[in-house]
Amino acid sequence: MLDVAVSYNQYKFLGYEFLTWLWFIMENQQEILKESDKELVSLDIGNRIVLENNKTDSIESITIKGDKAGLEEGILSLQKGAVVTELNLIYKAGNNEWRFNIKGESLDISSLKTPETGPVETKEDIETALLEKVFLYEKIFVLMNNLYKHFIRLRVTNRWEKDIVPGIRKWIAS
Amino acid sequence: MGLLSSSVSVTRYKIKGNLEKPVLEKVYNGLTQNAIPEIDDDHLEKIVGWTSFENPYVPDFEGSSFVIGPYLVFSMRLDRKSIPPKVIQKHYAIEMARQLEKSGRQYLSRNEKKSIKDHVIDVLSLRIPATPNIYDLIWNIEESWLWFFSNLKAANEELETLFSKSFQLSPIRLFPYTTADLMFGLSDADRDLLLQLSPTKFTE
Repeated sequence: MLDVAVSYNQYKFLGYEFLTWLWFIMENQQEILKESDKELVSLDIGNRIVLENNKTDSIESITIKGDKAGLEEGILSLQKGAVVTELNLIYKAGNNEWRFNIKGESLDISSLKTPETGPVETKEDIETALLEKVFLYEKIFVLMNNLYKHFIRLRVTNRWEKDIVPGIRKWIAS
Repeated sequence: MGLLSSSVSVTRYKIKGNLEKPVLEKVYNGLTQNAIPEIDDDHLEKIVGWTSFENPYVPDFEGSSFVIGPYLVFSMRLDRKSIPPKVIQKHYAIEMARQLEKSGRQYLSRNEKKSIKDHVIDVLSLRIPATPNIYDLIWNIEESWLWFFSNLKAANEELETLFSKSFQLSPIRLFPYTTADLMFGLSDADRDLLLQLSPTKFTE
């Protein structure tokens, strides 16, 4: 296996492409989301999108904040050659809602808020709350893993350049 | 940020290697041998070690208290003494003045100044208590994964070092390349293709 520091930097573009693709399928191919999680009701962009444009000599970073984070501005940045580097996402399953940020370069999850769990008052409550929390965190990790797996399996085939990229280009240009 | 907080940040790891049996005893030994000591009465500026999830200020791993359901749950504690620069500056100035008066000279050499500063920091370190930072983790030995509840680079680096030292296992951080390479069962041919990938241009 490659050296960790080298592979982190050399292949962080995969994380950026994953988030760009994820935005594309959220808008255009919802069925892939459902395949990745049978209980999924919706997966939407929350209140933050960060994009980065490496096209010129310098790196330009664009942060769009606010509820229903400005999709038009984001698309405009994509048209100028940017990729998504960070997303705030809202996942819904049943009547429950999760919110979290995912960073492209590391796939780290931050500010993860799960549905509420029961109050912790005794030692036994801690164990129950912990197991409940682990279950709720795992929902997000499994979802993101399944989606990233789907992306990687496409990315190492000819289908990526032949079918997927033209579709994304068309969406960006529309 | 704790595991039960209303908002958490998580870095995921794949654990490479297997613990020798009896597993829980090996974990217990790794935890107790590397439990965090107190440094309030010591000159040390920083110390890192394991502590218990439920009582992070009094590490206690007796009775397999770190086992919750199928998981091992404990915390890494990083204690650091941070002396405000202005406090160092004040005591340094006082000590310099004292040394000048004592020696009857008007100047001190660079080495003398450095030695005074080191002494001042040493003395202050004994008087200032360490600030504890606690980072929870969950380890699933069966499935060889670990979740560390922080995205901070420095905290993750400390975890990787302490974990390897304690259990002789390698935690591999899961980021785009390692996730693709280790987690999805890619064929050797696909892993080779993965290595050859280069960035896509989404605009023409």
